[in-house]
Amino acid sequence: MKYVLSFNLNGLPVDTLVKATDTLLDVLREKLNVVSPKRGCDNGDCGACTVLVNGEPVRACLTIGLTVAGKNVQTVEGLQQDGKLHPLQRAFHEHYAAQCGFCTPGMLIAAKALLDKNPKPTREQIVEGISGNLCRCGTYVEVVEAIQAVAAGKYKE
Amino acid sequence: MKKRGIGIAVGTHPAGLKGGGDPSQAQIRLKPDGTFDLLNGAVDIGQGCKTILRQLAADELDVPLENITHQNIDTDTGPMCTGTFASRVTFMDGNAVLAAAADLKKKIRDWAAEYFECSPADVEVANNKVFVKGVPEKSLSMAEVGAMVNWGGKFLVGTGAYTPGPGQQFDPETGKMTAIASLAFGCCVAEVEVDTETGVVDVLKLVQVFEVGKAMNRLLCKGQNNGGAMMGIGFGLTENVCPYYPTMDFAVQDLTDYVITTAADMPPVMVEDIVEVPHPNGPRGAKGYSEMTASLAGPAILNAIHNAIGVWITDYPATPERILKALEAAHA
Amino acid sequence: MAEYVGQPVLRYDGIGHVTARTRYVDDIQLPGMLYIKVLTSPVHKGIIRHLDTSAAERMPGVAGVITAKDVPGKNAYGLIPDQPVFTPEHIRYKGERIAAVAAVDEDTAMEALEKIKLDIEEQEPVFDPFKAMEPGAPLVRPEGNVWEFNSGKTRKIRFGDVEKGFAEADVIVEGTYTTATNDHAPMEPQVSVAYIDETDRLAIYTVSQDLYFHLGMLTAIFNLPMNKIRYIGGTVGGGFGSKNDIHCDHVAGLMALKIRKPVKYRHTRREETAYTTKRGPWTFYFKDGVKKDGRIIARYVKTVHDTGGYAGMGPYVVDKNSILVAGPYAIPNVWVDGICVFTNKPPCSSMRGFGIINGTAADQLQTARVAEAIGKDPWEVHFINAWREGDLGATQFKVEAAGLIEAMKRAAELAGIELPAHLKAMSSRGR
Repeated sequence: MKYVLSFNLNGLPVDTLVKATDTLLDVLREKLNVVSPKRGCDNGDCGACTVLVNGEPVRACLTIGLTVAGKNVQTVEGLQQDGKLHPLQRAFHEHYAAQCGFCTPGMLIAAKALLDKNPKPTREQIVEGISGNLCRCGTYVEVVEAIQAVAAGKYKE
Repeated sequence: MKKRGIGIAVGTHPAGLKGGGDPSQAQIRLKPDGTFDLLNGAVDIGQGCKTILRQLAADELDVPLENITHQNIDTDTGPMCTGTFASRVTFMDGNAVLAAAADLKKKIRDWAAEYFECSPADVEVANNKVFVKGVPEKSLSMAEVGAMVNWGGKFLVGTGAYTPGPGQQFDPETGKMTAIASLAFGCCVAEVEVDTETGVVDVLKLVQVFEVGKAMNRLLCKGQNNGGAMMGIGFGLTENVCPYYPTMDFAVQDLTDYVITTAADMPPVMVEDIVEVPHPNGPRGAKGYSEMTASLAGPAILNAIHNAIGVWITDYPATPERILKALEAAHA
Repeated sequence: MAEYVGQPVLRYDGIGHVTARTRYVDDIQLPGMLYIKVLTSPVHKGIIRHLDTSAAERMPGVAGVITAKDVPGKNAYGLIPDQPVFTPEHIRYKGERIAAVAAVDEDTAMEALEKIKLDIEEQEPVFDPFKAMEPGAPLVRPEGNVWEFNSGKTRKIRFGDVEKGFAEADVIVEGTYTTATNDHAPMEPQVSVAYIDETDRLAIYTVSQDLYFHLGMLTAIFNLPMNKIRYIGGTVGGGFGSKNDIHCDHVAGLMALKIRKPVKYRHTRREETAYTTKRGPWTFYFKDGVKKDGRIIARYVKTVHDTGGYAGMGPYVVDKNSILVAGPYAIPNVWVDGICVFTNKPPCSSMRGFGIINGTAADQLQTARVAEAIGKDPWEVHFINAWREGDLGATQFKVEAAGLIEAMKRAAELAGIELPAHLKAMSSRGR
């Protein structure tokens, strides 16, 4: 049995057929070929699949796909505006905050969720904000530096 | 009670396989507009070989970095590389890239010598130009050379290979085995706070310095140093696949049980630096070192724990359970 | 003169990473692609008495089933090629591959695995390497549980005369240390996509860290020349040594060769954690002869490395550990006995640090205890013993471009530790 799932993905409407058991990660990666959310654990541990649903960061692997019906889903594919990198993307690049790059999309979304709510976070708040995103390369120092730079206004247009 | 202590650890790490026998190759070709394609077979696992191999090629060819692409996509096009392991790519592939660039420069000189009607020894390849030394009017831009070479029916490809030497066996009696490509060095100072009631260890400060020969790219080194430290903290304090070793009871199944460090485990103070003692055989003096960035934090932390609470934890990782048991045994 | 070396040039692949344009293997979807699941051994040790895959093969949605019988070349791989892609008979660890199913999706493939009839005669496993070394212990492998080096059952390093060193020492310091089994836990689990390409060749998208090294192993398994395999990779979502061993490419490649359709085989995190190679656990025994002034004049080390069910890189890890386990010190008398033992656990192989991280973990605790035993500051012991230019290591290699003293001086400075003047005056360039 399949259902039609309609939602808004990075500002554009999408419809797709899904099973009731498909996670949002399955829907995005396998059905829609939106591959920025990474499949790292399917268990909610690693955070590599973090996406925004109505502005809230969620683990796509723990979210049943059908629950996003009618909602706004945002992924790294939607971060660039008018062909320009988002300040966080520039800051991550210039601070070497990605090594292998696999956790980076989830990290960026976690950082965006944090700054959207709290544009001037303390270092402790940044650490807490990304502490659910595992990075085995261990780029935490550089990720925090990148987010601090954005919060300090260094990447305004 | 919370007790603080300081510990140090030092170490060394070789580049490449023991005893050699792990070659790498590189290929650089001149395109019709004077730009270059660099091909090699090393894999970028995050360490940054796609970045530093271009840096080396651009320096050796003396051309702008943007003029060089790097491709390592498959075994149809990528020359041989033994692999990305053993902190070997900077050293081995770096040397192969330098050799390929030098070879291509020689081929460009040979071509230009015919064109300028002079000896190849008088041709200089520098500053993105090809010219005859001391004759300013005999000069071509690399773009002009690229066009003339390729549309003139020639194909200039520089190839290079490097191995630190053939594989060497251990002498069965003495273990003599003298081939080591390069040795990098490091030192780590850890400051910890141990809660003697819970056994929990907080790493307050971690200082790491690595002697790397020559840093190809200081900020890539910084990423390795800080990143390796995070893995080293896990090695020292939490990571254990078989908590009831040697049995397989309760062996971990996923990242819920196998506890690797998160951002919240970052020591509040993390300091890293490099020093450079150039290696005679390294590309521009570089050594391979980045595996070592994970090796020192663990023992530095366990030494700091001893300094804090006076008991030795001799089994890694130093879990709260082990610390409390050691304290109990010491006070019994 | 272009001078990019030493400059903080931004990552060539950095924009790709922050835009998620970097393509990892699991991001690849091919039209008509099928999904593989693998039947693994539920027991730690045993013999397969009966294997019947016919019901799985008949199941709707299943495109193919492969077992050891479907390996056209050598059913063995590894640096020391002793591990079968699918075990035909003997099981050495829980999680060893027995059969693989390709189906329209992973759920269907898992259902099909349940239809495979598997009859295993379970045998008594051995997990403890010290028990595995005892006479009469259950045999993990027919040749015996201890690896044979060219020097016999131990990797022998003999430098100077340790007994003489102990006799001349003021203090003897002993210690035993262990390190645990570690998992690489790269954020990108093992995955492989294999298909038959437009030139009728086998093409594999791989997460291999070592394209050519693994290509060599795959040619032997598939019985194909190198130019009949297009091995596509170069970008990996973290390896740390886990992708120094093949975990999926052989299975995906064999399936694609058999059914001539695109397939994907990816590990779940649980499969990744439970079945892939590990950093093996070690036990170290150290005995040092020390002079009161801090010089370590003799170091005896006995190591036992538990390499699990197959050799993989285990013996090589012991080799590399043995070279440097005595530490970066000019010790005139060194004796190392390195032992590599097989147990009924997933095979251990390479992980960041490759034996040296374990040796360092042990030797640095031991060296700190040396300092404690003679009442010296640990810095003093490290500085006095540190290699200088031209010193010899335990396997008689010459130390070139020595730099430990320089690294220590800078670390002490950054840590706010004021070293005594006589240590600050030292240099790696001479004693």
